Amino acid sequence: MSFINYSSREINCKLVYYGPGLGGKTTNLQFIYAKTSPEAKGKMISLATETERTLFFDFLPLSLGEIRGFKTRFHLYTVPGQVFYDASRKLILKGVDGVVFVADSQIERMEANIESMENLRQNLAEQGYNLDKLPFVIQYNKRDLPNIATVAELHDALNPNNVPEFEARATTGVGVFETLKAIAKAVLTELRRGSGG
Amino acid sequence: MTGPDVMFPEEQRQISAVCQRLHRDANAKAVLLIGRDGQPIAEAGEVGEIDVTSLSSLTAGNVAATGGISKILREKDFTSQFHEGEKTHVHITLVAGRAILVVLFDERSSLGLVRLRVRKATGELARLFEQVAKKAAASTGHSILNEITDADIDKLFND
Repeated sequence: MSFINYSSREINCKLVYYGPGLGGKTTNLQFIYAKTSPEAKGKMISLATETERTLFFDFLPLSLGEIRGFKTRFHLYTVPGQVFYDASRKLILKGVDGVVFVADSQIERMEANIESMENLRQNLAEQGYNLDKLPFVIQYNKRDLPNIATVAELHDALNPNNVPEFEARATTGVGVFETLKAIAKAVLTELRRGSGG
Repeated sequence: MTGPDVMFPEEQRQISAVCQRLHRDANAKAVLLIGRDGQPIAEAGEVGEIDVTSLSSLTAGNVAATGGISKILREKDFTSQFHEGEKTHVHITLVAGRAILVVLFDERSSLGLVRLRVRKATGELARLFEQVAKKAAASTGHSILNEITDADIDKLFND
């Protein structure tokens, strides 16, 4: 849940990167961390296994600048993608303001994408959120790999509501900031709308 | 979905005063107050060397995980946790389900003293959070968010 501090004049929001295991959620955050100036970012934390799979979450605090004299800070989280970490995923969704779904474009991961999308919808519902009403964007990652589904196929399978979607290659950064900007903008717009503005 | 959490200058001042008093009365190294989603709210004591943002996020994750464990065990929330270190110990308490109070202490204090002082402070903090919630409910429609325009949002993302 966003936090507005009228004393320190800050707006804080929570973004969660969701999606199937090995889809590139952590890579998105790593690229953002690497390409952001030191004064705009905090330390990136990764709670990972010995084999560098996300165990609980990755965390990256980012400052995007000021709106009307209020600093806007975004806390970026990833969830562990592996199916058996579902309890952890539910916890990380608590208080979420916006979701990025990082889909793996490879044909063999299509089923994992669909399963993860259903899991997202269900876990959000358990926290009292409706995915259709939450700021939400989809990223089709790994567009550089062979044997990938077309964007039209991915769209048909994952994006029935036509939310903003982006092609990406997170290892080289293609599409990473476009995705981040789109979700951050959607969150701020929704915050304003929710306040009656 | 409910509205955003807010904090106002008057309550922030009072909350900071409670944290400073707790820091002094508990002989603590530092006191941190964190929102339930990991946003730092107030701090007191020796925090200069500490990465408060990271500590806040990890503590909120820790509290969320412990809450998950309590559900599995069909327990009511575990309201406090204690981590014993070689030099620094950490006492973590939930405040009225709205915030997390973290006390860092060393051999200058004791768990008993920290627990005693924390109990008093959490009561005061709970009252202040109640005050914030009432004020926030009364001020709906006067939020900074109402003043934000499309142009303001676009400006934030200009390269």
